[in-house]
Amino acid sequence: MDILDIQNLHVGFRINDTFYDAVDGVSFTLKNNEILAIVGESGCGKSTLATAIIGLHHEQNARVTGKILFGERNLLECSEEEMNHIRGAEIAMIFQDPLSALNPLMRIGDQIEEALTYHTDYSRDEREEKVLQLLKQVGISKPEQVARQFPHQLSGGMRQRVMIAIAISCKPKIIIADEPTTALDVTIQAQILDLLKELQNETEAGIILITHDLGVVAEMADRVMVMYAGEIIEEAPVQKLFASPKHPYTRLLFNSMPQLHSTNERLNAIEGIVPSLTHLPRTGCRFASRIPWIPKDAHEEQPIFHEISKGHFVKCTCWKYFNFQHESSINR
Amino acid sequence: MSFMQIIDLKVHYPIRGGFFNSIVDWVYAVDGIDMEFEQGKTYGLVGESGCGKSTTGKAIIGLEKITSGKILFEGEDVTKERKSRTSHFHREVQMIFQDSHSSLNPRKRIADILAEPIRNFLNLTPREERKKIDELLAIVGMPGDSKEKFPHEFSGGQKQRINIARALATNPKLIIADEPVSALDLSVQAQVLNFMKDVQKEFGLTYLFISHDLGVVKHMCDYIFIMYKGRFVECGTKQDIYQNPKHLYTKRLLNSIPATTPLGREKRKWARQEFEKMYEKHIHKAFDENGRVYDLIPISDTHYVSASSVKEVV
Ligand SMILES: Nc1ncnc2c1ncn2[C@@H]1O[C@H](COP(=O)(O)OP(=O)(O)OP(=O)(O)O)[C@@H](O)[C@H]1O
Ligand SMILES: Nc1ncnc2c1ncn2[C@@H]1O[C@H](COP(=O)(O)OP(=O)(O)OP(=O)(O)O)[C@@H](O)[C@H]1O
Ligand SMILES: [Mg+2]
Ligand SMILES: [Mg+2]
Repeated sequence: MDILDIQNLHVGFRINDTFYDAVDGVSFTLKNNEILAIVGESGCGKSTLATAIIGLHHEQNARVTGKILFGERNLLECSEEEMNHIRGAEIAMIFQDPLSALNPLMRIGDQIEEALTYHTDYSRDEREEKVLQLLKQVGISKPEQVARQFPHQLSGGMRQRVMIAIAISCKPKIIIADEPTTALDVTIQAQILDLLKELQNETEAGIILITHDLGVVAEMADRVMVMYAGEIIEEAPVQKLFASPKHPYTRLLFNSMPQLHSTNERLNAIEGIVPSLTHLPRTGCRFASRIPWIPKDAHEEQPIFHEISKGHFVKCTCWKYFNFQHESSINR
Repeated sequence: MSFMQIIDLKVHYPIRGGFFNSIVDWVYAVDGIDMEFEQGKTYGLVGESGCGKSTTGKAIIGLEKITSGKILFEGEDVTKERKSRTSHFHREVQMIFQDSHSSLNPRKRIADILAEPIRNFLNLTPREERKKIDELLAIVGMPGDSKEKFPHEFSGGQKQRINIARALATNPKLIIADEPVSALDLSVQAQVLNFMKDVQKEFGLTYLFISHDLGVVKHMCDYIFIMYKGRFVECGTKQDIYQNPKHLYTKRLLNSIPATTPLGREKRKWARQEFEKMYEKHIHKAFDENGRVYDLIPISDTHYVSASSVKEVV
């Protein structure tokens, strides 16, 4: 069952009184009990997309258009009050930047309890017990002590886990996790990922997992969307994407992974930089400038999504002509 | 020859509580560690979240009070000097902070953020300064028009690149990089790591590289410290750690590295949970009767392991 249906979503930021789209016509659905991973170059609009779903963009700075259907409701038409109830209770977000999402003046325990007070009808004692239980669940070994501490007294990874505890506290239907484990060591990362899965088994929540760690994607995702410069450029079930990535960006991305068993001095980076919002090409294949060795006519003029096998979508046609640069220079 | 030594460093934080806000307990964030740094090498500092890695870094550059211990830089005891922001030590030792978002002043433009260390330590004309800023931005792959912008206009990864540019501004000798690439996507990560290696070669830089990504650590580091609850449980060359791990905690870290294929993930999850049970059963042996990790003892010229685990857990 689709629990989230996003149609033609645009999010533009105001820069010198003009709006520039950081998310530029994105459509997708999320099913319950599904983990949808979103990967993509830094600055491609992942967090902007996530923030739009829970309605936290400011009207003055950002223009959000399109549809975000959550059951019967279009979240873009909900009042602030309705959104306040949906946020946390039904759709929870784990922010990329835990320090700015936590209240610096409030003890950790009180912050978690606040979420419970607002969205559940537990008694005070139940809430206190629940706080400690949640902290334990996210792998914090001295929950009583940490509950009494303030955010600045915790390590980066501990703060991130507190965020996760708050996000799962009300058993939401959708969890949006923006880089939930980037600050965590691998052992706790594994533990948190297992925890999210367990929680999902219990509540059938749909999870949107934003990450740049392809290992995390491999271990967790059912389906993967790849974004570049505000657009989705490839989408596929996880096995398909890892077995045969198609879009040039996706292939270059996989190619830049540090290999545990390689002794190569240099990693394969993607040459060039992501253009800033104001300089983004708005027509044609946005990735063309990063792969100049691919002939211009390999790209579609108006790139569209092609379903190349069941559930596997690729934007533009340039993938058919793509080779890695060193291959092409050898051929020449 | 090493140019910098850390000797028996300790950082303990008081926990206050009760009626009178008196000290009720202590967090032994860093509890007696020794390190040495040679020029041009990269040192990895790896360990569980909350084990004291950032505290170690911050204590070295003087942002945390040291409870006890000593820091020697080029033969001199700089334990006191390191607190003054304009000291020689400060120019030579820079830090890239873990929290890229909050370590940039939101009210300053990028140009001013980068100009700050330049003005503190280098004597440049305004023109040279502008050129330097352009160079720094180019080095980290940011568009030139970033200069006029404010931090909130950038994505997480972009902010981190600005942080790296700032640390490089004074051509330091040692850069303490606290999770410098964990907020970056893979291709930018590859760019930044390649770039860090390039400047290292060019300027003979030394890195203390704090990270939990064992793939990245393996790629970057010559020598690795494994930290656990404020102490080192194992240290050695890259080969020692990856090919011949001794301590149970080190093994657990290596065991939790996610695979890079979705195939077989159910099986891996099961194996991980089995390992976890074994770990829970044996890890208490890593501590002495006071709950402190045992001291390191050498098992080769380069490889040190916390005493208990040498015999017990192989
Ligand atoms: N408040 C803002 N005002 C103007 N531009 C913004 C704002 N927030 C983000 N941007 C720009 O929008 C684009 C998308 O940013 P976003 O934070 O969504 O990227 P991201 O994909 O989450 O990147 P990362 O992986 O680095 O977190 C970037 O070019 C960024 O500079
Ligand atoms: N100002 C402080 N007051 C009290 N305790 C603190 C303070 N700063 C850090 N701590 C504690 O010291 C310990 C070590 O923290 P530190 O930030 O060094 O961890 P870390 O190894 O960098 O972890 P991470 O990988 O999560 O960033 C933690 O238990 C933390 O709660
Ligand atoms: Mg982001
Ligand atoms: Mg840290």
